[in-house]
Formats: sequence, C-alpha cells, structure tokens
Amino acid sequence: MSTVTHVGEESTRAKAVTLPDMGGKSSGRAIKDQAARIVMWSAFVIACVPLVWILVSTLLKGGHMLASVDWWTLSQNGITARREGGGAAHAIQGTLIQGAVTALMSVPIGVLTAIYLVEYGRGRFAKAVSFMVDILTGVPSIVAALFIYALWVTTFGFQRVPFAVTLALVLLMIPTIVRSTEEMLKLVPNELREASYALGVPKWKTIVSIVLPTAFSGIVTGVLLGLARVMGETAPLIILGPYTKSMASNLFDGLMGTLPTMINQDRTEALQPAVDRVWGAALTLILIVFVLNLLGRFLGRFSKVS
Amino acid sequence: MAKRIDVKDLDIFYGDFKAVEGVSMTVEPRSVTAFIGPSGCGKSTVLRTLNRMHEVIPGGRVDGKVLLDDQDLYARTMDPVDVRRTVGMVFQRPNPFPTMSIKDNVAAGLKLNGVKNKKRLDEVVEKSLKGANLWNEVKDRLDKPGAGLSGGQQQRLCIARAIAVEPQVLLMDEPCSALDPISTLAIEDLINELKSQFTIVIVTHNMQQAARVSDQTAFFNLKATGQPGRLVEVGDTQKIFSNPDEQATEDYISGRFG
Repeated sequence: MSTVTHVGEESTRAKAVTLPDMGGKSSGRAIKDQAARIVMWSAFVIACVPLVWILVSTLLKGGHMLASVDWWTLSQNGITARREGGGAAHAIQGTLIQGAVTALMSVPIGVLTAIYLVEYGRGRFAKAVSFMVDILTGVPSIVAALFIYALWVTTFGFQRVPFAVTLALVLLMIPTIVRSTEEMLKLVPNELREASYALGVPKWKTIVSIVLPTAFSGIVTGVLLGLARVMGETAPLIILGPYTKSMASNLFDGLMGTLPTMINQDRTEALQPAVDRVWGAALTLILIVFVLNLLGRFLGRFSKVS
Repeated sequence: MAKRIDVKDLDIFYGDFKAVEGVSMTVEPRSVTAFIGPSGCGKSTVLRTLNRMHEVIPGGRVDGKVLLDDQDLYARTMDPVDVRRTVGMVFQRPNPFPTMSIKDNVAAGLKLNGVKNKKRLDEVVEKSLKGANLWNEVKDRLDKPGAGLSGGQQQRLCIARAIAVEPQVLLMDEPCSALDPISTLAIEDLINELKSQFTIVIVTHNMQQAARVSDQTAFFNLKATGQPGRLVEVGDTQKIFSNPDEQATEDYISGRFG
C-alpha cells in the first residue's frame, strides 16, 4: 500500500515541475518490495506460533478444570496428587493478595519518583536516580529475591513469610511503574503547565490538579500492565514463599499458596489429577494477566493525552 | 484596577546566552501595547518576563527591573505566584485544560487557589465568559469539555479563564496566530473592550493587527545574527506606522525585510 501512495505523491510533484518521462514503477523496486513484504509477514507468523501454541494447549488441557465451580471456590487442602477434586481458590486468592499489596507499595514510590524525575529533577541527582531506575529494570527476579532473602531472613532473622515475597515483587515493579508514569507525564503538554502557572497556581498544585489528572488513565494503564507482569513472577515465590495447599490470607505468618507455586508444586507429580491441575493453574494465571491487560488497554483509551 | 508597567534596563538570559538586551519602556494603564518584530527577536521573551513566566524555562533569568505601579516584580521578597495572579497571560495556542468542563476551565484559577463558594464561582464564570464574548455560545453546555470547542472559541475560553482571576494586566502572546480571520476579528473586538479594564500587552506577527488594536507599538529586532535582541523603537502606534524615527522600523513596517 505504502509504495502505491508514494508513487502517487511523486507523480503529482512531477506535474508541477514537468519532469521528463517518469517511466512507471521499476521492476527492481517491485521485487524488493515483494521480498520485504514476505520477510515481514513470515517474521510476524513465526512470532505468533509460540503464542497461539501456548494458548491452544493450555485451553485444551486445562480448560475443563476451569469449567467447574469447585476450581474457583475450593482449595487443595487434604487432596493428594493421586486424587481428583479441590480447586485453586487458595492460589488465586494468594496471587491476588500478593499482587494487590505489591501494587499498594510500589505505586506511591514509583509514581512519586516519576513525578520527581519529570517535574523537578535537574542536574546530577536526577541523572543518578534515573540511572538507578535503569539498573533496577535490569535486575533479574531471582537476584531481587535473593537480596530480600539476605535482608529479611539472614540479616534480620525473620521467617519466610508472604510479605517478604511482596517486598521482592516491589523491587521488580517499581522500575516499570517509574518508566511508564514518566512517559505519560512527559506526554502532558508543557502549555498546560504554563497555563496553570499563568493563573497564579503554585507548581505543586499544578502537578496535583492539572498534570496528574491529565495523565491519570495512562498511569493506571502502566500500573495494571506492571501488575500483570509481576503476578507471573516465580523466582521470588520459590525462594521466599513456599507453597501451601490451604487457604491463607495472613501476610506475616505462615505460608500462602499462589498460582506460580501451585504449578511448580504439581508439575513434579506424574499423576493425571496433578497434571490437570498444572494446566488449569497455568490457564487461570494467563486469564488473570489477560484480564488485567485488557483493563489496562481499556482505561488507556480514556487518556487525555496522545 | 489596571496598573502601569515600567521596564528599566532589562537584560534577559537563557543560561549563559543573552537573548534580549537593554529594554526600557513604559506601558500606560488601560492601554494596548503591541510588540512587533521578526521571529526570534525576543518579543515573546520580553512579554514572558512581565509575569515572571520566563524563569519557568530552565536557565531563564533576568537583569534589570520591571515595575508594576512602582512595585518591583523581581524584588527578592516578591513571590512569582503572586505576580502571575496580578499579571495574567493568554498563549499562542489555545490551551484549555483537557480534563475540565468549560465551566471548570474558567473557574480553574479561583478553584485551584482555594475558592470553594459555588455561588461566587458561578457568578465569576458567567461574568468572565460574558467578558470574553463567549457566554451566548456556551451557556447551554457549560458542563461539556472545553476541548470540544472550536479553535477560536477555545482561545476566548482561555481569555475568560485569564480574566476570571481579575488580573491587573493581561499579556497575550500571538493570541490569534492559530485562528482563522473571523475568530481573529472576534478576539480583536474583545481586546478593544477589555482595555477599558485591563492593561494589555500583545505580541503579534500581524502588523495590520498591531495597527488595528494597539495604542502604542514597540518594535524589536536583533542587532545582528547571533546578537541579542533589542527594543529599536517604541511610540504611539500612529507615529510608528506613519513616521517612525528609525530607518529599521520603517523598513520592517513597509515589508522591506523581516
């Protein structure tokens, strides 16, 4: 398509300058265009293969698990790998609780850091903060988990509790929130800030009442996408949050099951009921992440900046 | 209400770069002063120093004095936020707040500065919109977003927003450059009405506009390429356009350069 319009533009320009004989589309260029198109489409198809494959196989193998009410309401308490039955409610609840608490801690820190970087940050300190965020973005999840382990268990001598998991997840979530919020704040036109200053509105009030509301839905989108990512993290869970089959909601005592650790636990069993549960948990996790993504994109459509 | 502005030996910098040099002039209360001159000569920069918006840009600073009825805007004790409440500004491109309704846009200056009384806000909204000749067009849709208006209406909304905080002086930075001729005419009529209440300074690239709306005209130009801009001549609009003192002014006005 793009080639066609391109030629069109050239010929209109040619009329104005009256160039001699345009000669039409050269065959060499047509071949290159065709080749580039084929390469592009095959790259796209190849990239889609694993995605479709994963979706289809989890749906086929785990779909029937999600169809039962038990899956959403019961835990695995008292159920062995040999036995069918029970549900994933304990793991779903654990994943949601840990995700929510992680977001509760990361969002203020991440959004405030982004506000500092965009609205106030000048000079060396801001550059240092921005550099640190870059480094944090690159920290592998297992390193973040080990760091929290060293701090929480080795240094402070506390037990491994679900709260320690959320601390490790916070480390992973902060940089994604900082970066996405930064992008949204930068999209807010400077003219709006100046319009507000010119009305005699102080800077902090301008940020709170003009800049943040304008960027709000974009920031929420970024938070939801970051949350979707963090919910699938497994390394911190394996190191800091051992699996349990029963319902648990206390972050500071005992164990808490989550979808990634449920998968990790049941995958070691060769028995069919356990295998079914692995696929079911995987599909549930995909579903939660998918819903968060959809919600994020949906809210992104209300963005006032573009 | 309106106040007089005295600018004395004003030098304006962007970091180490001196953008404008040695501006001295007086703007009488309840008059319209037009700044004209080629692009990049510093007229918008001078305008922005009159309500301390210049220093919002990183590295922006000034030397010299700007007096508002003998009060130094750049005195150490002066809060730039207070200055901007006294000296309002309308920008080149209409910039209504996208998250707010028409009504909230007009009330924004008061609301954000802590005025909560609904009745008073409603009164100010109506008065300001009437003052900006926009009331009849929007009175039935005050709760609709401000961004839904046409460009000319948006600019009048921005003027209503600026006059709602009851400033002494109104600065306008090329307020019609993004508008069509009919909207431009509406704004020019409005300027003529507003000057009975406010001291107005307007930057414009349109010399007919300067001739139509202003009582006093200031011509700015660069000394030479890469040199700071300066005020070449300031005087009654009639005189500047018919019989200027400087050759450069006459060349610019007659279209020989710039």
